[in-house]
Amino acid sequence: MIRAVVNRATSSARPARRARAFTRAGILAALLLAAGSGTLRAQTDCLSCHADQGLQDAAGHSVSVNGQKFASSLHGSLKCTECHTTIKEYPHPDTVTPVKCETCHADQAAGLAGSVHSNKADHPCTSCHGDAHSIFPKDDPRSAVYPLNVPRTCGACHGNDAMAKKNGLPNVYPMYIDSIHGFALSKEGLLVAANCQSCHGSHNILSHKDPASPTYKANVPKTCGTCHAGITADYMGGVHGTAIAAGNMKAPVCSDCHTAHAILQPTESEFRMQSTPICGSCHKDKLSTYRDTFHSQLGSLGGYVETARCWDCHGAHDVLPASDPRSPVNPANLVKTCGRCHAGANASFVQYQPHANAHNRKLNPALYFIRLFMNLLLAGTLTFFVIHTILWLIRSRYDQIKSRSAKGGKNA
Amino acid sequence: MRFTRAQRYLHAVLFTTFLGLAATGLPMRFSESYWARKFASGVGGFGAIIFFHKLCAVVLTLAFMVHLKDVFTRGVVNREKGIFWGSNSMVANWKDVKDLFGHLRWFLGLGPKPHFGRFAYWEKFDYWAVFWGMIVIGFSGYAMWFAPFFARFLPGWALNAVLVIHSEEGLLAILFIFSIHFVNTHLRPDSFPMDMVIFTGVESEEGFKKKRPEEYSKLENEGKLAARISEEPATWLVNFTRVVGTIAILIGLVLLALTLSAYFRE
Repeated sequence: MIRAVVNRATSSARPARRARAFTRAGILAALLLAAGSGTLRAQTDCLSCHADQGLQDAAGHSVSVNGQKFASSLHGSLKCTECHTTIKEYPHPDTVTPVKCETCHADQAAGLAGSVHSNKADHPCTSCHGDAHSIFPKDDPRSAVYPLNVPRTCGACHGNDAMAKKNGLPNVYPMYIDSIHGFALSKEGLLVAANCQSCHGSHNILSHKDPASPTYKANVPKTCGTCHAGITADYMGGVHGTAIAAGNMKAPVCSDCHTAHAILQPTESEFRMQSTPICGSCHKDKLSTYRDTFHSQLGSLGGYVETARCWDCHGAHDVLPASDPRSPVNPANLVKTCGRCHAGANASFVQYQPHANAHNRKLNPALYFIRLFMNLLLAGTLTFFVIHTILWLIRSRYDQIKSRSAKGGKNA
Repeated sequence: MRFTRAQRYLHAVLFTTFLGLAATGLPMRFSESYWARKFASGVGGFGAIIFFHKLCAVVLTLAFMVHLKDVFTRGVVNREKGIFWGSNSMVANWKDVKDLFGHLRWFLGLGPKPHFGRFAYWEKFDYWAVFWGMIVIGFSGYAMWFAPFFARFLPGWALNAVLVIHSEEGLLAILFIFSIHFVNTHLRPDSFPMDMVIFTGVESEEGFKKKRPEEYSKLENEGKLAARISEEPATWLVNFTRVVGTIAILIGLVLLALTLSAYFRE
């Protein structure tokens, strides 16, 4: 029997395992010699060595393959040499080239090459698809890119603070997983719930600054619309959608109001509490006048989320100018709109101005003078009495000290 | 004896509900400030705040009605003299103007201290300020509470105006009571730390003579002084009301500090 030298066992391998491996290698060599050739033909040829769980290469990397799992995987019908093209025989050559997935998956490779993940060393195919010998179709729950597994797969990097900081990216996984999409996916197991690749794509992921990216501002309504088709249609009919379609990038898209990853259920109190400042970040004058009203005052105090926020009156997706007869804040619709909360609202009631500016004499003269009168009354009354009281205090104290010292004088 | 039991109870209801209204009204007025939000979430959010605000408002309205009925009964039904005019009335007269200027001259050492009557001019001012405030704040408050109803006979802009009026007048009331009234009536050296007469109803004859020489000499001349003498208040009443009064004044001062800080940060 000939004892072949194989470049596998390292000094760290346990003696018993090493002995067993040597024995197997010996058997393989014997078989090959018996067949009269060193050529590797079938999986079984390779697995006679590589099925060993402890098998490592000279650098200490595992080169073992679970034959059963591989056989059930997407690539199970392929011969080892179809991917490991430079290993055709035994003994193996000294240097082997890495497997090239793009040989078959040219489209995906091309997409990846132009994407944010183009650096092959940082992002080999296996970083998303997992172990190369156990790749499953994406509709198989065992697949790393099965819809319910995608966030965890992406989150391996994008849920890592250090990685996020290094690349100047937000740490999105925690935001996503607590969002309404993340909740639907992780808690309800909804396959239709948006996962990372629903919005970002898979191989050809582009920066949101790239006009070709589905997350580029102008493309966001269309991207969200792949699922939320009705809302996108409403949005495109409103002032914000019209402005975006006309190329006005200052107008908000879905993610400006709902955020990109930490999307909340809009009826949730947290969303109702955070939303008004979002509208106000553009509509500053409207926010400041809203702040002066009772709607805002009670809405700010929490525990009472029903109070009117911007979209309760203006509409959310199909926001229209007040001059448009379809707008809920069109004068003709106000009784109905206000009446949703204020039972008994009449034509006089809706003359109330939810954005009145008491500091603007031209727009709200009555309010301006009432405020002025009240301020003067306040300032005048207080000024007079503060002076009055201070003088009184000084005089009383003076008298008190004088009478005390007078008494002290008598006693002495 | 200066105040009847009913009058003292009225003052107690007034200051209790006023503190309640101030404590729940200020967080709404300064809803953007940190303490307002902390306080609101601490007591159960806006729902709790507005509930207590309305509750205090209703109680205070009832107290105001009781007072109006009392004045009406005494002045109109019983034809009691001196309710609407004269030295014992709350209505301002020429002497109050003279007293005001006399008092100011005395502050500056330019003249003698005026001889005040049963109600000095600043006490009348306090009374009418509360009276006016009650009507203005009360009316504007109810107009907001029942806005659709009031909108039947008020123009739309009035609904905007009532909030401005309510909040500014409320602010004035809070600032006035917690600074001017506190100092003038309770905290000044002659009364420090508080004038107990509104709690016990009685004050010493010596104090009475010093504070209100005109009323004292009038009673003396008419021989009615003896009728005004009553028993000393029970110790428990003095101690109890002293504690209550101190707490009320401290709450007021804390609210004053918060109001001023929020007002100047606005």
